[in-house]
Amino acid sequence: MALSIPASLESQLDELVTHYPQKRSASLMFLHALQEHFGYVSNDAVEWTAAKLGLQPINVYELVTFYPMFRQEPLGKTHVKVCRTLSCALAGSSEIRDHFCKKLGLNSHAHTPQTTPDGKFTVEFVECLADCGSAPVVMVGESVLSKASIADADRVLAAGR
Amino acid sequence: MSNPATTTPAPAPAVPPPVEKIRIKVDGREIDVPKMMPNWQGKLEPTTMLQACHMAGQEVPHYCYHPKLPVAGNCRMCLVEFGTPMIGPDRKPVLNEDGSPKIARSVLPYEPQTPRGAIACATPISPGMELYPNSPATKQMREAVLESLLINHPLDCPICDQAGECKLQEYSVQHGQSASRFVEEKVHKPKAVDLGPRIVLDDERCVLCTRCIRFTKDIAGDDALGIINRGSYNTISAFPGRAFDNNYTLNTVDLCPVGALTSKDFRFKMRVWFLKETKSLCTSCGTGCNITIGSREGVIHRYEPRENNAVNGPWMCDAGRLNYKWVGRKDRLTEVQSRGQRTTWATAIKEISERLASATPGSTAIIASARQTTEELYLLKRLATRLGAVTDSVPRAGNADRLLVCDDRNPNSQGARLTGITFTELGIQLAWIADGIRNGSIRHLVVFGEDVTQQGIGADLLGKLETLIASDILPNATTARAAFVLPGCAAAEKRGTFINVKGRVQRFEKAAEAPGDARPEWEVLHELVEKVTGSTGFTTIEGLFNQMAKDVPALAGLEWGKLGDTGVTVAI
Repeated sequence: MALSIPASLESQLDELVTHYPQKRSASLMFLHALQEHFGYVSNDAVEWTAAKLGLQPINVYELVTFYPMFRQEPLGKTHVKVCRTLSCALAGSSEIRDHFCKKLGLNSHAHTPQTTPDGKFTVEFVECLADCGSAPVVMVGESVLSKASIADADRVLAAGR
Repeated sequence: MSNPATTTPAPAPAVPPPVEKIRIKVDGREIDVPKMMPNWQGKLEPTTMLQACHMAGQEVPHYCYHPKLPVAGNCRMCLVEFGTPMIGPDRKPVLNEDGSPKIARSVLPYEPQTPRGAIACATPISPGMELYPNSPATKQMREAVLESLLINHPLDCPICDQAGECKLQEYSVQHGQSASRFVEEKVHKPKAVDLGPRIVLDDERCVLCTRCIRFTKDIAGDDALGIINRGSYNTISAFPGRAFDNNYTLNTVDLCPVGALTSKDFRFKMRVWFLKETKSLCTSCGTGCNITIGSREGVIHRYEPRENNAVNGPWMCDAGRLNYKWVGRKDRLTEVQSRGQRTTWATAIKEISERLASATPGSTAIIASARQTTEELYLLKRLATRLGAVTDSVPRAGNADRLLVCDDRNPNSQGARLTGITFTELGIQLAWIADGIRNGSIRHLVVFGEDVTQQGIGADLLGKLETLIASDILPNATTARAAFVLPGCAAAEKRGTFINVKGRVQRFEKAAEAPGDARPEWEVLHELVEKVTGSTGFTTIEGLFNQMAKDVPALAGLEWGKLGDTGVTVAI
């Protein structure tokens, strides 16, 4: 896949590099911007970033694989993030994730984000979403689902299908 | 004749800079160690605990530390318990009752009963410091680190190529436990990853020491490897779709302290404990990298670099390392032949010596190879002097790189120059020899180790000769037309010396027997020179070298025994 970066984005990124004493320091900002634009960070995007910053692709690839917020695959249309940090774990978040996985035919033992083959859903465990008082917490896209239940999960599934 | 001044003088003792020493104790024994020591680039840096222990004769186990790589300090295997002199509130040393300084052992800040080690590879020593590389606490720390490194290790030694030269195995014997306490499921990582054309990676065996990453980035200059993923999923990898393919990749196999990086060429071929190790030299270019040949029952299985900081350090290039297969080729010349008929060495040497001795002076030409040993070139030169023969050799040019590979692809061009076989520039007489054959002034041609048909002396010219004597290892167009064919030896099958492009005279030993009738060229030449010139000489390579050192001005003062394993540099 050939990568096409809009000129406006490229000039924005070029300007960004000037904020740092070393070009390399702009790596994460590049990756955020590219993920925002394309929805995920492809290997082409990694190579493009490396070339822009005078790095080898492996240097950038290390970052992409290290940080869970960067995705190497396109997301499903509905992105479900289930918190697994202490409060939510105690409040039963893993049952909710298992329910999502079971209904969508995904592997609940995998530790990476799982996307359905039809591209409609991505389900993953994440660390604290900073709403421990209303555990278990689930985020669907950008909206927070407090005190989530199996019934909430079914509603999300129905809406996304 | 001999001029000792031409050999490099011992470094002039021009006021040696005073070495500042620090007095420390290692396992209770006092030792003075230099305050500063060379780091991986040779620059002076504060001496580390690991270096100090080494000087005190105590080896500290380690995986990630390598003297020729930047210090990473990530494997934690070299943890050593230590203590420093106590300082009182008055900033004066606190003394014991006997007047000796009181030592405060390093402990955890909020757990003073628990010793706190320091990684010996990256911790500088200080005056009065005490190191305890054999204390119970140090041993316990090592055991704990080793156990943790083995948690996700597959423990597949019986099918692992590293077995027998594996640091995990070695340290497990010293510091390990016989059984694993780990009851959870191990993390599974990629197996048999095709990292590049010459390297296979087993990520489950990896201890993440990052030696390979540091080598390829900082030494080879190809930043191709990295650690991807996080935590216990950490995995050594190249960028997807990019092969780990520079001319130095196989050094990472040597560097890898475990069985993670293996050589495609060597893996599953031979258990390392069966290999006989022979000190030898790489013959692929003029650098003359020192190597260890691993062979078993006369079959060469691998070349490995042998450390020589005056030449190659601990590295060698992949091209040179893999350039050994031709030695075992099935079509090697194995028979002495006289006019197409098999004969014996004695008969052939007698016939050749009579033919050459009766030749008109000046009617013989000798084309030697700069792949031959210095001793052989010296003998050929003596033969040439007696016969009034013109001599030359064949240049072999290639591209140099910034690390080890030299643009001169002959291992012994300097040997050819210093023995007088060639002028400064190799090959300038070849056209003259071709003309001589054409106009009939050269009637006899002796060729060693070269195919002259590739050098402007074609089959038509060879056909005009009265005598063509060719010695080689593999058949070629010249040996096919020779009246006398003398099967020769690869460097791995004989002893001798090469002189590298910088004038390093280095010797090499014999790893394997030559096939069939093939004999070391120097033995054959020695007999031939004896018969033609009537002089007798030494019959051992040591004696021959020492005699050559007396006759060749540039080598004056050298002796075989003085060359040692790493050679001597002469002025060129």
